[in-house]
Amino acid sequence: MNLVAWGSLDAFLTMGGYGLYVWGSFGISAVLMVLEPVLIRQRHRQALQQLAQELQAQEGEEASSPQQEPSVK
Amino acid sequence: MTRLNWFTFSSPATFYPLAGKCIPWLWAIAALFGLSGLFMGFFVAPTDAVQGEGYRIIFVHVPASWMSMLIYVVMAGWAAAGLIFNTRLSYVMAQALAPTGALMAVLSLATGSLWGKPMWGTWWIWDARLTSELILLFLYLGYIGLHSSIDDTRRADKASAVLALVGVVNVPIIYFSVKWWNTLHQGASVSLTKSPSMAQTMLVAMLLMTFCFWAYSMAVALQRARAMVLERERYTDWAQQLPEIRREQA
Repeated sequence: MNLVAWGSLDAFLTMGGYGLYVWGSFGISAVLMVLEPVLIRQRHRQALQQLAQELQAQEGEEASSPQQEPSVK
Repeated sequence: MTRLNWFTFSSPATFYPLAGKCIPWLWAIAALFGLSGLFMGFFVAPTDAVQGEGYRIIFVHVPASWMSMLIYVVMAGWAAAGLIFNTRLSYVMAQALAPTGALMAVLSLATGSLWGKPMWGTWWIWDARLTSELILLFLYLGYIGLHSSIDDTRRADKASAVLALVGVVNVPIIYFSVKWWNTLHQGASVSLTKSPSMAQTMLVAMLLMTFCFWAYSMAVALQRARAMVLERERYTDWAQQLPEIRREQA
């Protein structure tokens, strides 16, 4: 397996004159592929929090009014 | 003897913890293939005789393009399963795949554009391959838009599933466009009928990156599906009894 002889970091970054295009392609892919899972994590957290809050509110209601019979006779 | 019932897996209550266990493994696979693919792509694959170092865009362009098509087919498959078996989870899976498929289509178009500029001298051209890929992006966006425009989830699921199924005819059009029409886009780098038209190490790097994108898409789609299942099933007992919820309240 022969490694590519880039020689210097500068040669690696320049990509034989195609640096902007090559790094632009890899850059946009990296940005979007980091952003997407972050946004999904947030959405998941929100769903969990909302569910927990709703349940808490429900339990609170049940605790404050233990009688289930209608109050009007 | 108990027979394995495949519909067990279609229950959201089973899916939620099972998917949660798979996701870290999928991320590990994506990282492993991604790092080795990047190493191969930048340090082992040789300089291209015609395109110099500029061809290295292929290592993101082809995986993104393949995934944009594959995800569409899988999405349409789940949509069909939803319409046939009327299983809730099938629709969730279809809907969870759409944004990731759209992202892959965007990446395919963006990296293609960045490749076209230095090689063809233009960012964009209305050529059959490019146009059909753009239509694929619009199909994803149309699916997402249609789903969010209908309030009743069940009706939204069904209507958008039909749209997903109709749109699937576009996928073979993209795939064969470079054969059927005379296009500026180069022919297939890899095909089933003839040996690949590229150096072995370039091909390996491209395949490693493809597996990385595949594992990424699975991980992200399953994560989104889990969030969606919670949003949709919050009035059910199983969702309310999840240990995560109890921890959230503590």
